[in-house]
Amino acid sequence: MNPSAASSAETAPAAGEVLLEVRGLAKSFGARDVLKDISLNIASGELLTLLGESGSGKTTLLRLVAGFEQPTAGEIWMSGERLDTLPPYKRRVNTVFQHYALFPHLSVRENVAYGLRVKKTSAAEIGGRVEEALRMVKMQEFAESRPSKLSGGQQQRVALARALINRPLLLLLDEPLSALDANLRKQMQSELKSLQRELGITFLFVTHDQEEAMALSDRIALLRDGSLEQVASPREIYAHPATAYTAQFIGQTNLLRGEIVNGTARCGALQWPAQGPSGPAIFSLRPEAIRFASDNVAASGTARFRAAVQQQFFSGASELLEVNCGGQLLRVRISARGPLSGEHNFVFSAADAIRVQE
Amino acid sequence: MYSRTYKTLVSIPPLLWVSLFLLLPYALMFAHSFWAVQDGVVVHQWNLQNYATLFSKPVYAEVLLRTMRIAASVTLCSLLLGYPLAYYLSFHAGARKELLYQLVIVPLWVSYLVRGYAWKTILGSEGVLNGFLQYLHLTHEPLAFLLYSPFAVVLMLTHIYTPFVFLPIYAALEHIPRPLVEASHDLGAGSAQTFLRVILPLSIPGLLAGATFAFVLSLGDFLAPLLVGGPSGTMIANVVQSLFGAALDWPLGAAISVCILLVIISLLLLTERLEKRWSFK
Repeated sequence: MNPSAASSAETAPAAGEVLLEVRGLAKSFGARDVLKDISLNIASGELLTLLGESGSGKTTLLRLVAGFEQPTAGEIWMSGERLDTLPPYKRRVNTVFQHYALFPHLSVRENVAYGLRVKKTSAAEIGGRVEEALRMVKMQEFAESRPSKLSGGQQQRVALARALINRPLLLLLDEPLSALDANLRKQMQSELKSLQRELGITFLFVTHDQEEAMALSDRIALLRDGSLEQVASPREIYAHPATAYTAQFIGQTNLLRGEIVNGTARCGALQWPAQGPSGPAIFSLRPEAIRFASDNVAASGTARFRAAVQQQFFSGASELLEVNCGGQLLRVRISARGPLSGEHNFVFSAADAIRVQE
Repeated sequence: MYSRTYKTLVSIPPLLWVSLFLLLPYALMFAHSFWAVQDGVVVHQWNLQNYATLFSKPVYAEVLLRTMRIAASVTLCSLLLGYPLAYYLSFHAGARKELLYQLVIVPLWVSYLVRGYAWKTILGSEGVLNGFLQYLHLTHEPLAFLLYSPFAVVLMLTHIYTPFVFLPIYAALEHIPRPLVEASHDLGAGSAQTFLRVILPLSIPGLLAGATFAFVLSLGDFLAPLLVGGPSGTMIANVVQSLFGAALDWPLGAAISVCILLVIISLLLLTERLEKRWSFK
């Protein structure tokens, strides 16, 4: 494809088609391998989150896509065009920076207009598009303010408008909400999501906050030590974590390290029917999969056990119990029902104990 | 909280210092400029004759103008050298940054006089530069304008004050958050546009501070014109020096000093306002 034609094309690929393709991408800083052999596709119109702990390489991956770093190996393609060989200013990708990086010497209006001004867009068009962008993020009344006069949430909106004015095919967001307080964060999450739906722009979103990732994403790509641990939708990754790490990182879980013997899984005092060859196995059992049981008689396909309540954490609609089952500590999430003590009967379905890899 | 006695005690030394070594000399200078001299002795007769002399004899204005021209040239030259140097060090030097920074600072450890004499040896008619040019047969006789000229003064002062210009600019450039530069590239600006639209505006306070250093220090310099200036390179400080020395006309010397002081104070006020206008905290 002719590169200039591709970069000037106003049309993004149809929703669902592959927009960004990362092939065998690796990045080292000196002897430190920050990213190892990452391959990932992002569909047009998708909101994909790069989730991981600090040092997992998520920001580095974002910076490679933006063009601020050069890959050590591998390629990045965007709608049929090689991206990683282009300088950042020629990529149809824009970034919302972690601390917004608004130009302190320019007003809100000039900040938003920056992308158009450097491209020598006509003054009339700049005026119209800046107004539109400011209206989109509800910041018209602050157009003449300097960034230092704005609150964190307002700066966030300006950064968003500034990044979107160039009509990028892909918007990169580097922990954009991490500097905001909890309430504002929830509100901005909701606004970001509706904005993304409205504009149909593909978002690549970096966060270390798994709740945020779950709430916002179409798909989550979980990074661990520079490698992709799992890429799936939030519901899928929660219900079927591939590894023990994923199960623990996404939501809360009980990791049961035991073994399978002749179609029965055993872990301490617990046992339940499980498929698979005999041998050691790890299972993830979500706290909400465990319920109170009326008696101690096992029905088929379930596991029943008796355990003493050790701790109780009230959190409004639900509460989390820590129960002791023959020396093994299990977490149980139940709907709020008042103070508990002593031994109780619990049950979980064998289907909820998900076998995971180490 | 500190006690009242403690606060009074710690504030005495600096107050003493400032009054003894700053306020008192300035007051004396100011007073002298309104006194007169008779038979080589200063008499405490209040009058405006010194200022009248200053403004009626064109030679003083001429020297002052030449001094300002030289100071402006030094400022311009050290900005042209210091800014690119600071820019390179801050943005592109990578691992060599520390070493290069030290190399810029090292000349500051060498005595001013030594550097002055070094320029004399380089620029003189029997000097290193002329010898070299003739050895290459590029010139057949020594170039006279190299030494004892305003050119030599500008050259020497530029050499001496470039580190002073470099330092505040470098500090300003180092303080520019790098994500701003990345944001500019991200929004479609190449290196030239990013420099003009982001880096240069944000480094203006440092640039103004550097320019002020170079201009003010050059304006009051008397060693460089003495060593390499010759008659055509005489500056206002040399005039003051000779009035206080050989001519024994302290009141006139003081009057010139007051004028220079006023020029410098207005300049400092101006740059302070400009720096405020260009700082975005």
